[in-house]
Order: sequence, then structure tokens, then C-alpha cells
Amino acid sequence: MAAVVTTLAFFLIQLAPGDPFVWILENPGIDATLRDRLRAQFGLDQPVAVQYVRYLANVARGDFGHSFAMSQPVATVIARALPNTLLLMGTALALSFVLGVGLGVVQAARPGSLPDRASRGLALAFYSVPDFWLAALLLIVFAGWLRWFPPGGDASLFAESLAPWRRALDRAHHLVLPALTLVLVTTAAVSRFQRAALLDTLAEDYVRTAIAKGLSRRAAVLRHALRNALLPVVTLLGLALPALLGGAVFVERVFAWPGMGSLLVNAVTQRDYFLLTGCVLVGSLTVVAGSLLADLLAIAADPRQRRS
Amino acid sequence: MSAAARRAGAPRLLEALAPLRRRPSVLLAVTVVAGVTVLALLAPWVAPYDPAAAVGPTQAPSALFPLGTDGAGRDVLSRLLHGARISLAVAAVATLVAATLGTAVGAVAGYAGGRTDALLMRLVDALLALPRILVLIALFALWEGLPLPVLVLLLGAMAWFPLSRLVRAQVRAAASLEYVLAAQALGAGRARVVLRHVLPNVAGAVLVASTLVAGEVIVAEAGLSFFGVGVQPPDASWGSMLDDARGYGFAHWWTALPPGLALALTVMAINHLGDALRDALDPRQLPQP
Amino acid sequence: MTDATSHAMGDARGDGTSATPPPAASPLLEVRDLRTYFRTDAGVARSVDGVSFDVAAGETLGVVGESGCGKSVTALSILRLVQPPGRIEPGSSVRFEGRDLVTLPEAEMRRVRGNRIAMVFQEPMSALNPVFTVGDQIAEVARIHDRASKREAWRRAVEMLALTGIAAPAERAKQYPHQLSGGMRQRVLIAMALMMNPALVVADEPTTALDVTIQAQILELLQDLQARLGTSILLITHDLGVVAETARRVVVMYAGEVVEETDVRTLFAEAHHPYTEGLLRAMPRVGERRERLAVIPGTVPPPTAWPAGCRFHDRCPYAWERCAREHPPLYAIGRRGGPPHASRCHLAEEPERRAHPHPPLVAQEART
Repeated sequence: MAAVVTTLAFFLIQLAPGDPFVWILENPGIDATLRDRLRAQFGLDQPVAVQYVRYLANVARGDFGHSFAMSQPVATVIARALPNTLLLMGTALALSFVLGVGLGVVQAARPGSLPDRASRGLALAFYSVPDFWLAALLLIVFAGWLRWFPPGGDASLFAESLAPWRRALDRAHHLVLPALTLVLVTTAAVSRFQRAALLDTLAEDYVRTAIAKGLSRRAAVLRHALRNALLPVVTLLGLALPALLGGAVFVERVFAWPGMGSLLVNAVTQRDYFLLTGCVLVGSLTVVAGSLLADLLAIAADPRQRRS
Repeated sequence: MSAAARRAGAPRLLEALAPLRRRPSVLLAVTVVAGVTVLALLAPWVAPYDPAAAVGPTQAPSALFPLGTDGAGRDVLSRLLHGARISLAVAAVATLVAATLGTAVGAVAGYAGGRTDALLMRLVDALLALPRILVLIALFALWEGLPLPVLVLLLGAMAWFPLSRLVRAQVRAAASLEYVLAAQALGAGRARVVLRHVLPNVAGAVLVASTLVAGEVIVAEAGLSFFGVGVQPPDASWGSMLDDARGYGFAHWWTALPPGLALALTVMAINHLGDALRDALDPRQLPQP
Repeated sequence: MTDATSHAMGDARGDGTSATPPPAASPLLEVRDLRTYFRTDAGVARSVDGVSFDVAAGETLGVVGESGCGKSVTALSILRLVQPPGRIEPGSSVRFEGRDLVTLPEAEMRRVRGNRIAMVFQEPMSALNPVFTVGDQIAEVARIHDRASKREAWRRAVEMLALTGIAAPAERAKQYPHQLSGGMRQRVLIAMALMMNPALVVADEPTTALDVTIQAQILELLQDLQARLGTSILLITHDLGVVAETARRVVVMYAGEVVEETDVRTLFAEAHHPYTEGLLRAMPRVGERRERLAVIPGTVPPPTAWPAGCRFHDRCPYAWERCAREHPPLYAIGRRGGPPHASRCHLAEEPERRAHPHPPLVAQEART
């Protein structure tokens, strides 16, 4: 099943940018030898179908083609940028999960109360707001007016000369605003979902059984209800990964965080075919891998899904 | 749609929506959406200046320019109003495309069942796994001179996946209802059954999902424009206004705040409407089997 | 809700219960005038409206009634498991082991639940948490009340499973609820209830969700455990057959009230209240030849609108104008020297009316 999904996704990615578009080979940025090599290797003058096969074969060998914009092999460029994006996404995901679940629990504990409705309103606001605008706002307020955080990049200019742990701290300092943007939006989404899931489980009979056994309401909710309510949330995270990646890309653009987003910007302005395709491919694979992980987690956590 | 089916579906829908009229937040949301729509429609007559023309030096909001002027000297308010037209138009059409596609696919999958269903759903699953924004960015970047209608079509084409699953689920539930079986027993062909009997029931769920899709599409278009690959100058959408602001390093807060705020408010209103619709329609729409 | 005449009829305590006290020592559980109301937008639902009964140590008391009569809510009220908008009204009293459970602080109540009084619920599948093993869930009781270690609690849980007749208890304990059959799950619930050897087990329709053959096994198990451990059982059911097998005394409920109370034999042999009569007649019996099932005409009224006067009067074949006007108290009708017997029916004062049955009001209205 997993293999089928991966293959399908793989294939479809090729389908997308592979629509018959302008031939980037006419880009003056590459010299003749390179162009010839690429043409031969990727079969760029062959029918579209052949190209796909060639491309796949090349990718399997680790060759994503050559980036005109950056004058380097695409694989190298992506390999440098991907970890940055993963760092951003990973931090945001972890924090959002913890905060979102916590918030959802608090809201579900007293549905309809003032804290519930107020925080739900806030969550709706953050959920609806376009992430890049939120990023811009945060940038203006916290980096522009208050100057608490740096306006962009992932390291200060002088970072190279710092001791390792100071460098890490500097990096973290730069990470705060971009991560915060993503966290705010994702937490809102998670809490919405968690609240609904928890309200559903609270109505289940086994919560009543737990109380009848002598557990306090709080213990019953935390130990019994929550455990069940977390399951759909984990699944949700898997589904939300594509959106998170999209969000990360935008945020990177605003904060000039050197990840896939910035790569994408370059690729876009330069109409860099290989880089674009490479980005999309790698991005999709990352997302698929992430969802698979989430699926596995969900199966592990729910005994009803395991096949004994 | 047969008169009887329509009669059955419409009043049920309307009466389910009645309690919504009482909730103040819903009324607010409706007002916002209606207001924005009206402003967008009237933009050419209401906007004080030509959105594409430089009308003065870059300056903060003042009496002459209620929202100030941007880095290129254009009046922000006028751009905002005209931008509303583009953003909303794109969103509306794209949502329609998505709804149609999603309903069609979902209905076929739900009604046909078996291998067609499995195949289609696998397809949808894989498509769902794609990071939509990335794909769209790449697509639009490569396609030079992308005409606006095509942009709208493609936006819609990428948004229909969750809708199809929803429709499929509803169709499957509805297909086992008695009057559907009765229609089949009378010899009605498959297509007829689906169109006349099943779809009216599904309408409610599709409506709810469409509002959510609309919200997503607006943000998606804005995002793409922000990235520089969506709406191109001289057209301006809220997203591209933000991109322009970014181009000046966000130095002028009055250029970044209004479009984003407009986006946020509109999307919030739409989302809230979707939530409220869902609450109102949810358990009542399809009778439990 | 008491009536002056009931005092004359031997109601010494003046609170509606039978004059002759239950046998032996003071009862384990004394429910007095329990009222549980639900305040909703649709009105106030008086689900339990002045219920009183006793449960003695070591006995099984059956509570019988159709759905909507308030028997489940009574059970939940005893353990204070009723959620808002439901509320146990002031004036209600549930005395257990020298304390009134209604006014007990929540922390104290938690020490009673699962420990001194345990509950067995109706739907074994939904009553168990699907993500924990059954062993864990049973052991949890010991960990709550005895602060037992994981290992110790587990050991006791396995013991308990063995006691309830489950084969290979050590292996079963490691399984999840969805891997067990309905009957086994019910045994798990019973094991869970008995972990701390409670004085009272409240069983709410413990066999309704099970097949008939399994039903018999579970009932046997309950009786067996009672004999061995001396637990009192409050058995709630709509099935008179179940009551006949397992209970010593029976309380019949209708419309939120107790309408008849006596021991099992007397109930089946000499039922007094027309509702009880109707229930007995409605039971299909083997060997009987009948063309139609005898059914009590009409339906149970909604708890937001109990009828005036006697709540059964519109469905009763003997009712006369007094019944529509005057709400009957619980009359004591046991013979002197015989078993205690109470019935909430004016026929206790005017028994001659029983000779003139007529179609009940609901049937008459239907015809006009």
C-alpha cells in the first residue's frame, strides 16, 4: 500500500511540471557542452514519455539535473537547503502538536465557557490568516519596530567566528520568528481538531466507566479520553504536512531563511526547470515520508488497527 | 432535477439554516462577505484613483490618500478595491470548478463502487499527498504568459480532492436509502438515479465543503501572487500587493497591513460561515441509515 | 407526595415505604425520596421522582420497569454519576454505610466508587476503553483504591478474571476489548466491579446486550459470586424473567416512581398494581396458546409531563375518577405475618373496583 502511494505520487509529480512548456534549454546561462550532456542524459529532445523514464532513472542514481540559476547540480543545492527547511518544519510541528493538544484539551474541558469561546475565536483568526501575511506582520512588529529578533537569514554575518554553541544560539535566535509564524497557524488548526475529537470521546461510555471505578474526572479525561482523542490528531498531522511545507516555503521567502523556499524563489525567477522539478519532487517525497510516519504512529497507537 | 426532488431538497435546506439567523457572529460573517463582494463589484466606480497609476510620492495614510500610497506611488485604497475584484473572482470561479470536479469524481466513485472506486480513491490519496503550493508554483513559473482563466482553472483543479472524498462518502450513504433503491427497482438508469435522487441530498455537505474550499483558494491565489507567479501586473490582487510590499522590505507598514487584513477578514468570515453551516446541517441532512 | 390516608393504612414512617421494615439488621443501602431532575430547554424532566427502597446485606434486589421509567437514572444517581443538566435534588437521601452519599464531598465519593459500591454497565463493548488491555483496565481499580503496584494489581486482575469463569485468564488479560466476545467482555466488567470486594454491585441491564444463552451464564455467575462473596446486588432490568431467576425482592418502577415492592414469589403469584399485572401478562410463556401478545395499551409518558393523579391511570383497566384526581401514595398491603408488600394503587382501598375492568382511557380516546 505504501509502495503504491509512493509510486503514484512520484509519477504524478512528473505529470505536473512536465506539461509541455517552454524549453529552458534555450537559457543562455549554460554552455554548450553541459547543454548537450543534459540533452542526451535526460532525453530532452525526445517525446515526453521517454523523458519521464529517463528522469526517473537519473533520479534513482541521485542526479537531479543541473541548476542554471545556481550553476551547480540540483542535488547539491537541494541537499544544502533541505535540512534548513526540515529544521523549521520539525520545530514548528513539534511545538504546534504540544500546544495544539494542550489548548484543545483545555477548551474541551469546559465547552462553551468564556476561555473556550475566546480562544476558539483567536484560533479561527490564526487559522484563516494567510501565513505569509502573518509572517510579514511579525517581521514588521518584532524585527522592524521592536528589534527583538533579526529580520532574516539563519545566521548573523559574523556567525562563522563564534564558538559552536553560540552559533547554535544565534541560529535559534533567527529561527524564532519564522517558526513562530508556522506554530501560530498550525496550533490553531490542531487545537480545533483536538477539541472536536476530545468532545467526541468524552461522550463515550468508557469515560463513565472510568469514573465509576473511582477515578476523578480529570484523571479519567487525561488518561482515558485523551488517549483516544489523540489518534485522529496524529492522522491529521500526516494530512497537514503538505500544507505545512507550503507554509514553510512562504515563510522562508519572507524571512530569507535559506531552505527550499528560497531555492524555489530563485528557480522561479530564473525559470530553472531542473531546479523546480527537483524541488517539487523532493518536497513531495518528504511529505509522503512524513505521512507514512504519521500513519505508522497511528497504527502503533491504536490496538484496533494492529493485526495480531 | 425533478420538481419533486427539488421541492424536497430546498425547503429542508432552508429550514435547517433558519436557526443560523439568530447567531450574531454568523450575521457578522455574512455582512463581511456580502460587503466585500459589493465593494469588489463596484470597485471601478468607488475607487478614488486608477490603481495602476502613480498618483503621488510614497506616503503614509492621509486625508488625500486614506490608505496611503505604496512604493511605486499608487493609491493603496484603490488597489485594494480593485484587488478585491480579482481575488474574489478568482476564488469564486476556482471554487466552482473544484466543487464540480469534486462532486463528479466523488459521485462516480461512490456510486460505482468496486474497482473504479478503489482506483479513484487511490488516485485522490496520492494527489492529496502532493504539496499543492509547490506544484502550483512550479507550474506557473514554467508557464510563461499564463492567462488568468487558466490560472483559475488550475487552482480549482488542485483543490477538489477532499471534496471528492466527502461526496463519495455521502453518496455511499445515500445510495442505500430506500427511495433510491425504489427508483432503481422501477428501472431508472444509474445516471438518472444519481442526478435526481442522490445529489440533492449531498448538496448540503457540498455547500459546507465549498465554503472551506473557497477560503483555501483565496489564500492559495494570494500566496501564489505573493510568490510572483499568480496574478501579474497590471492586474493586482491582494497577494501581489503584499509581494510589492515585500519588495520594499516591508518598510511601509500601510502597504502590508490592508491587503493582509482584508484577506484575513474575508477568509475568517468564510470559514466561520462554513463552520456554522456545518453545525446547522450536519446531523439533519442525511437521515441516519 | 405522601398522603394522609396512607398513615391510616399502616404507613408508620410516613414517607411512603412499607410499614414492616425489611428483615434482619439495618439495610446496607437506604434510598429515601430520591429525586433526579434534568433541566433542559424542553422543560424539567423528573426522571426519578421520589423513589425509596432498601437493599439488605447479601441480597439481590431487582428493579424492573420499561425504558423511560427512571431505573437507570436511579442507578446512576446512587453513585452520583449523573451529569448536568441532571441533578440530584435536595431532599434526596442515599444512606450507605452510615453516610449520606448525596451530600458526600466528591473526594470521599471517589473512594466509594469502584471500592465500596461498584457498577456494571449495559453495553460491554462501549464501556471498555478500546486502547487499553482488559487486564490494565481491571488492574486500574486496584491501583486507584489500594495503591497496588503494577505487578500486584495485574496479578489480582488475573485472579478476578479466573473467578468470573474466563478460561486462560493470564492470556486473556493481555488482550484488547475488541478481541473478546460479548459474554467475555461482560465478565470483564464484572471482574472489574468485584476487584475491591464491594459491599454492593449495581448492575444496569447486565444481560440486555447479550444472547440468551450467554445471559443465563452471566446471571448464574452473578448468583454464584454473590453466594461466595456475600455481595449485595441491585439488579436493574426490564426483563421480568431475569428478575424471577436472580432476585429475592423486587421493586417495580413506572414514571419515575416505585409502584410496587415485594419479594419475588409474591410478585409473581399475587401482583397487585395493574402495571405489574400488565407486565406479567405481556410475558410470552412456553406452553401458552394465544393469538395475540397481550400488550399494555398506550405508551410511557415523557418525564417532562407526568400525568396528573395516578401516573398510570390513562393506561389502567381499572381506573376510576379518583385515579385521575388523586396521586396514590405507596400503600402497605402485606398480610399480617406475611411478606411485606406495597403498591401505589387506590385499589388497595377500594379492591372491589377490580371486578369492573374496562378499556383504558388511551384506548377509548383512540376510538373517538
